[in-house]
Amino acid sequence: MQFALLIFESPEAFAARDADENDPYLGAWRAYYKALIEADVYVGGSPLQPPATGTTVRLKDGKRRVQDGPFADTKEQLGGFTILELPSLDSALEWAARCPAASVGAVEVRPVSPEYLRRVTG
Amino acid sequence: MSGSEQESTHRTIERVARESYGRLVAYLAAHTRDVGTAEDALSNALVAALETWPRDGVPQNPEAWLLTAARRSFIDLVRRRQVAEASEPTLALLREESKDLTLSPKFPDERLKLLFVCAHPAIDPAMHTPLMLQTVLGLDAVRIAHAFLISPTTMGQRLVRAKTKIRDGGIRFEIPEERELPQRLGAVLEAIYAAFGIGWDDMAGVDQRGRDLAEEAIWLARVLLQLMPAEAEVHGLLALMLHCEARRAARRGPDGRYVPLSEQDCQKWSLHLIEEAERHLAEASSHGRTGRFQLEAAIQSVHAERVRSGRIEWNAVMMFYEQLIGISPTLGTRTGYAAAVAEAKGAEAGLAALDGIGADEICAYQPYWAVRAHLLQRLEKTPEAADAFDRAIGLTEDPAVKQFLLQRRG
Repeated sequence: MQFALLIFESPEAFAARDADENDPYLGAWRAYYKALIEADVYVGGSPLQPPATGTTVRLKDGKRRVQDGPFADTKEQLGGFTILELPSLDSALEWAARCPAASVGAVEVRPVSPEYLRRVTG
Repeated sequence: MSGSEQESTHRTIERVARESYGRLVAYLAAHTRDVGTAEDALSNALVAALETWPRDGVPQNPEAWLLTAARRSFIDLVRRRQVAEASEPTLALLREESKDLTLSPKFPDERLKLLFVCAHPAIDPAMHTPLMLQTVLGLDAVRIAHAFLISPTTMGQRLVRAKTKIRDGGIRFEIPEERELPQRLGAVLEAIYAAFGIGWDDMAGVDQRGRDLAEEAIWLARVLLQLMPAEAEVHGLLALMLHCEARRAARRGPDGRYVPLSEQDCQKWSLHLIEEAERHLAEASSHGRTGRFQLEAAIQSVHAERVRSGRIEWNAVMMFYEQLIGISPTLGTRTGYAAAVAEAKGAEAGLAALDGIGADEICAYQPYWAVRAHLLQRLEKTPEAADAFDRAIGLTEDPAVKQFLLQRRG
């Protein structure tokens, strides 16, 4: 079954993206992706631009409300997501613990919902 | 009662709870097979102790007091549920038992039976260790869940399910018969060792998967040893864990950096624990039956010898691993063997030993990649080494180990 790893990162972790090639956080991410692919569990996903680049849209009473910035105002922000094909939640949690963001932010593990997808796509 | 007296009463309750928890749960459960209710009854008794002891003083025999209170609560709990369950036999059993016990401050220690029940073949092996930690030591599901990387709700549910199976599945509270004993004891030892969760600190930069339960595991092994003092493998397991525990202070540098075993400052090792480990290993070998844990402890003992000799007898390590593969050819053992071969006969030979391990098994096994990276680097095969380092780093959980491997990778 497929699980989404939602990667929440601290401001420091977002800042590390601009660091040079030898930055340990970037090195850990490169290694993590390699391990995911070699273990043949990687389905897809992508990092996201920093939260400040987000724009949030709502319709209130039929009127558009557009807000600069991300949906939630929390210290750790969604920094990306990865979808993995794994046999169980237990193994998904294991891969989440190995994720570089786990020690500086948080990783939320969520099963994807193919049932709901089928209902809404017909 | 003054504040400090109250504090000391609380400490007494904590101490009694820690020391008696398993004995009381085991006793109540052995006669009813109902581990869950035994635990609930005991926690009610502990709450009652917290209420009454500070007021009336600590009773002369705190354990007997707790047992009486827990037994009363057990009967209450079962009565309240009686509509749904045919629990009269349980109640009768409990009442009968209590006749002989009200006067005697001593009650039989049933923890050994409880340990065998927790590691019963009918129970999911993944639940053996959590069950022991909860029923014998009284650890809560949240703490166990953290250590085993499972969500607290799921862990709670799995524990309840396992206890229901014990109650309704006809699992008997008994010491296995002679012919069954080695295998059944093996499961108990495995479960205790799983709580300890180390055993990999003899290789450069492998993920230690600290379970954060090392002390609890050693406590469990000591309980088991008290109950089975003549079993060589119990001594072996305790020796193994004490050897690893002896190095705790040396495993991290002052800045939190990971220090591999071969680079540890052995002045920081606890000689006291090493001596205790050696005593148990000697006791184990006097029984003339080798086993997995004795061999693993022997490997650690060779490493500990560095305190005296200043060097590691790699040929001895390799030999012990060879024997270990004969008994338990796990992925871990074979990786450890390859690392020892590399030290004894050179990196090429170590690499050849690694190549003998099947590709399917190793794809998500961190220690294999850590050792492989290390050996390739020694052979100056830089691109292959970097690749293996990446695999190891990507599979590592511990940030300090990650950092260490990143530095080695260069």
